[in-house]
Amino acid sequence: MKIHEYQAKAMLRDHGVPVPAGSPASSAVQARQAAEALGGERWVVKAQIHAGGRGKGGGIRRAASLSEVEQCAGQLLGSRLVTPQTGPQGQEVQQVLIEEGCDIAQELYCSLFIDRGAGQPALMLSPAGGMDIETVAADHPERIFRTHIDVLLGLADFQTRGLVANLPVSVAAQRALAPLLQKLYDVFRAKDCSLLEINPLILTPDDRPVILDAKIQFDDNALFRHPDVTALRDPTEEDPLEVEAAAYDLSYIKLSGNVGCIVNGAGLAMATMDVIKLGGASPANFLDVGGAADADRVENAFRILMADPHVKAVLINIFGGILRCDVFAEGVLHAVSKVAVEVPVIVRIAGTNAEEGQRLFAESGLNFLVADDMADAAAKVSQVIRAQDGQ
Amino acid sequence: MSILVDKNTRLLVQGMGREGWFHAEQAVDYGTRYVGGVNPGRGGGAALGRPLFNTVASAVADTGANTSIIFVPAPFAADAICEAVDAGIGLIVCITDGIPVLDMVTVRRYMAGKDATLIGPNCPGVISPGKAKVGIMPGHIHQPGRVGVISRSGTLTYEAVAQLTARGIGQSTCVGIGGDPIGGLNFAQCLSLFEADAGTDVIVLIGEIGGSAEEEAAAYIAEHISKPVVGFIAGQSAPPGRRMGHAGAIIDGARGTAASKITAMEENGLTVVRSPAGIGASVAGVLDGNP
Repeated sequence: MKIHEYQAKAMLRDHGVPVPAGSPASSAVQARQAAEALGGERWVVKAQIHAGGRGKGGGIRRAASLSEVEQCAGQLLGSRLVTPQTGPQGQEVQQVLIEEGCDIAQELYCSLFIDRGAGQPALMLSPAGGMDIETVAADHPERIFRTHIDVLLGLADFQTRGLVANLPVSVAAQRALAPLLQKLYDVFRAKDCSLLEINPLILTPDDRPVILDAKIQFDDNALFRHPDVTALRDPTEEDPLEVEAAAYDLSYIKLSGNVGCIVNGAGLAMATMDVIKLGGASPANFLDVGGAADADRVENAFRILMADPHVKAVLINIFGGILRCDVFAEGVLHAVSKVAVEVPVIVRIAGTNAEEGQRLFAESGLNFLVADDMADAAAKVSQVIRAQDGQ
Repeated sequence: MSILVDKNTRLLVQGMGREGWFHAEQAVDYGTRYVGGVNPGRGGGAALGRPLFNTVASAVADTGANTSIIFVPAPFAADAICEAVDAGIGLIVCITDGIPVLDMVTVRRYMAGKDATLIGPNCPGVISPGKAKVGIMPGHIHQPGRVGVISRSGTLTYEAVAQLTARGIGQSTCVGIGGDPIGGLNFAQCLSLFEADAGTDVIVLIGEIGGSAEEEAAAYIAEHISKPVVGFIAGQSAPPGRRMGHAGAIIDGARGTAASKITAMEENGLTVVRSPAGIGASVAGVLDGNP
């Protein structure tokens, strides 16, 4: 789960991490009031969307007067910000963050993440702040310093001391940075983060570290023990069909193709998308109905697929293990009696009681094409799509 | 022959709820030697004709269990794994989905240097056809034979196994290592077990997008595995930055793509199948000497 920058900064501030003073605003007038309350002579107006690359998309503006703050906020709010990470359609800006301006002497980079290969959290630090870290890692690996963190020990003093000693900064700055890294790890651990990225982490001219931007992502599996984090979710940042699917406990991801799929199991669902693509068609979604694909879940799955106007055909691919194919078939027939399914449906079911399930489909009198195996299913899908394209 | 589970398996079920009970019954029907269950607070009772215990330690002392399968809900599953390790269980299969990543990091750290093997979590388990079933896979689609299967997925593994069985190709052992970013047994460790197993001639490796386990496995195969390996990667059409159902199935920036994994497999001498419908045919080809 992702949160906005202003939420991440509030969380860090609560843990004693230095962040610039600021507050969110959802109207130009509010933005002006926020700047007035902050005082000072210059401010930064930052679009609050989950996607990164906001600076490149023009979503971060500097303002030297209250009327400029109001003007920048007015331009950003309600606009669709396009960044390298949003896709061409962009993301609507509903809030801006108004912050005091900071004097920057140096920009650093810091992140905490889970290193899958090592099976441990890792901390990455670099003097190349404010840049795309992937590029730095590729072009200047010597400018990136990392350490793994033993969860039973925590991020030890000797580790942070050693890491900051690599940076071209004063001893005073090193002494301020080392405990800051530990505070960041404390947040990472306490809140079950999957990523905590500070880019840039700046040093002011008097060697004080300040978090200028913060991106935090959380482990979805751990949200059950963090109701405070769950409360920060912004559903307007997500696809409405995905939000609806999640409410039905369906694992659904909307894609750009025209073949809807209903599959049990994540690996088989990915493989089904692949076989559609290999057959020359294109998947409209990823959808895992899970092991307990009862009538209600199948009905909800159809409802979500049919709400996507691009779907021209549906492929159902079920490998019945514990789930019996005849029971599943009854669920599908029940679902299509309640949801108007006006596109061809290709069904491939295998495993426990598959023959009985296939018979139920064949005898239903409905527009089902029963496939023998995955290859046959893919062939039938591309036939159906080609026939429609030819019309 | 086979790996991990066989007729010597003495199975304990941790978390004898509705799901645990159902799958214990299926395991017994398959011929697995089930010795008891653990449900804290319900010790002294019985389940499927065998005793229920409050702790894994007391169950091991009483039954000589050497393998456990865990159905404990996610918030408590990491503790259940550590309890099994502490009690000296040699093979721990964790079916539970949705365990927090940092919990699994802690489990891995706790297991370091201890003599226990963890399969999973978020996995279908392990089956040695005709010998023992320690998992939630449908037993009847399997057939005893000489092909080893390793996979990060559940139903996709069943799909691959069914394609093999349909061609009369049996399996020595099928291992689902799970779809989470941090788990126990990895591809390389499982490959080395199959390499050492005299009952396995060919290995099928089913990977998916996310992480770099498949690239590492491919490099390991080039160095250490003499048996032919057939590989498939799910998620060739998956978009970057989205978690495809499994917690570990996500393309992160340019890392973890299917293309990277397929290239690594091809460069290291694996027979790569592009279509999930072609896994059985590809293995048949390798067995006939025409990959």
